Amino acid sequence: MNKYEKNVSSFRLFFNQLSRKKLASLSIIILMLVYLTGIFAPLLAPYDYTETNLLKTQAGPDFENWLGTDRLGRDILSRVIWGIQTTVIVTITGLLTGSLFLGLFLGLLAGYYRKLFDFIVMRSGELVSSFPDILLIILLAATLRPRITQFIYNIEEKFNFSGIISSGVVDYIVIGVALLPLSWFGTMRLIRAQVFQIREVDYVLSAKTSGASTMRIIFKHVLPNVISPLIVTSTFGLGAVALSEVMLSFFGLGVQPPRPSLGAMIADVTGRGGASVSVLTNHPEQLLAPIIVIWIMIFCWNIIGDGLTDILNPRRN
Amino acid sequence: MIKYIFRRILWMPLLLLMVSLIVFGLGTYGPGDPVEVQLGNNYDEKTAQRIRDKMGLNDPFVFQWIRYVKNAVRGDFGESYVFKNRPVISLLLPKLLVSAQLNLIAFLIAISIGTPLGFYAAVHYGSAKDPGVVISTLFFYAMPVFFTAPLMILIFALKLDLVPTSGWGGVFDKRIILPAITVGIPGSAVFVRLVRASMLEVLDSDYVKLARAKGVSEIMVLWKHAFRNAMLPVITIIGFTLAGLFGGSLIVEIIFGIPGVGRISLDSVYSRDYPIIMAVVLIGSTALVIANLIIDFIYTLVDPRIEMQ
Repeated sequence: MNKYEKNVSSFRLFFNQLSRKKLASLSIIILMLVYLTGIFAPLLAPYDYTETNLLKTQAGPDFENWLGTDRLGRDILSRVIWGIQTTVIVTITGLLTGSLFLGLFLGLLAGYYRKLFDFIVMRSGELVSSFPDILLIILLAATLRPRITQFIYNIEEKFNFSGIISSGVVDYIVIGVALLPLSWFGTMRLIRAQVFQIREVDYVLSAKTSGASTMRIIFKHVLPNVISPLIVTSTFGLGAVALSEVMLSFFGLGVQPPRPSLGAMIADVTGRGGASVSVLTNHPEQLLAPIIVIWIMIFCWNIIGDGLTDILNPRRN
Repeated sequence: MIKYIFRRILWMPLLLLMVSLIVFGLGTYGPGDPVEVQLGNNYDEKTAQRIRDKMGLNDPFVFQWIRYVKNAVRGDFGESYVFKNRPVISLLLPKLLVSAQLNLIAFLIAISIGTPLGFYAAVHYGSAKDPGVVISTLFFYAMPVFFTAPLMILIFALKLDLVPTSGWGGVFDKRIILPAITVGIPGSAVFVRLVRASMLEVLDSDYVKLARAKGVSEIMVLWKHAFRNAMLPVITIIGFTLAGLFGGSLIVEIIFGIPGVGRISLDSVYSRDYPIIMAVVLIGSTALVIANLIIDFIYTLVDPRIEMQ
């Protein structure tokens, strides 16, 4: 059988198979809804995330505030919706920078060029994975924030405009940079292994002999073959990225108040130093709202990831 | 084989040297001034200068780094900035012990729940029991620790009043129960998935088919032929879990108020007491790298089919 033909159609085949997996399809739909909620947060949220009502703090759910209010009288539903937006931004940046850009790019190059380049990339990956990841993320986020803030400040000074720092973009950059070591190596190794296999395949060899440039071979012949595995590792990775952001914000090292994050909301209730007993007993909904959203997202990501692995694992077919 | 071991062992210190460079760089160029952390905001320049000289902060970065590594190899990670005149290592050791105890119990919970469940799911592959187990594990696996920890406190400590909400009293104290279960639940999900996947692969192998064809009883097939071989990949995870005793329980330690490594690392980040977090990361990395090496060797010893390259 002609391998190239098989691989072109495999992408469509892949989606056909995926749509047959009910739970995975359901998870995709749920995740899409969650993402849409995050993207359209400004339209959906009934209140702004900073809007306080000090006459109505720690209130239970009612018609005005569907999920009640927190200790500053901020609407919890709105803060959850805005918090989802943070998760959306962080996961998408994580996907673009970590998995897609670094992972795919380095994987393709390392797999294709091998030798020294491969050696350097693999060894730096080994270096990154010999850190305890949670601690590395915390250390990075804590030490890099002032540097990044200063850097952006200098840019603002130089080009004479302002608004980047006040808009909270720095938080996202800090989180993105801190999570970078976490996400790229897995994708990179997988892509690299795929490229190792594909570069020996006949059609790649024939493309080479007929004088196709290296870039053409990588992007035209190799890239289409690694898309499916890329999707799988990325989905698995996204759950970890989302959870890491929640964790960083929980520790106060990620998204800074007043900007909302699901992690920061949990920290507000549990008091970071330990569970706050009175809020927990009297207003569990303040904790449940952000947590259930996170739970659903991680659950869906795992289900999708499982479904994808099942489909792409040649042994199961 | 010997060449491979030799190369790996030679590579290890180099790797750890790079780790220390990154850690030391982050600690040195991170925010905060060690002198300011020690003296507070109002200090006179003379004292500051003297301390800087004494600590060698005026030396070039490379010299500082070499000195740090030299001392670290001998187990001396410097002195804490905040807890005056306390060597980092004497601060850390008791915390390491606490975290290790908590994680060991959690690990035992995880493996004793996870392995039988994974085995069960794999044996019932194809029936509704398998996806049932898999999906319910995913359900628990996806549960963030932020969720289980406060929920446990809410139910077992506040409503049922069975155990105290927080604190630490060692392995034989009842206060360890909730945090250990909280760490253990997601861990057991990892084992379920791993054991299941590994069992499925082994059950599909030729030697299991041969054993069945020979008429070996099903129990013997599952136990002797399948399960023992299926546990091989599990060794990897055991190694990593044991090496990951540092980071894994971070959030749980914070929520349950346990004086472990997680607590002190985070506090040191907040107070910019970098020698502590630097030491934690370095010790953690060393443990990971060594565990990695040992796992590889065990692997080849247990399974002669794997060849070292």
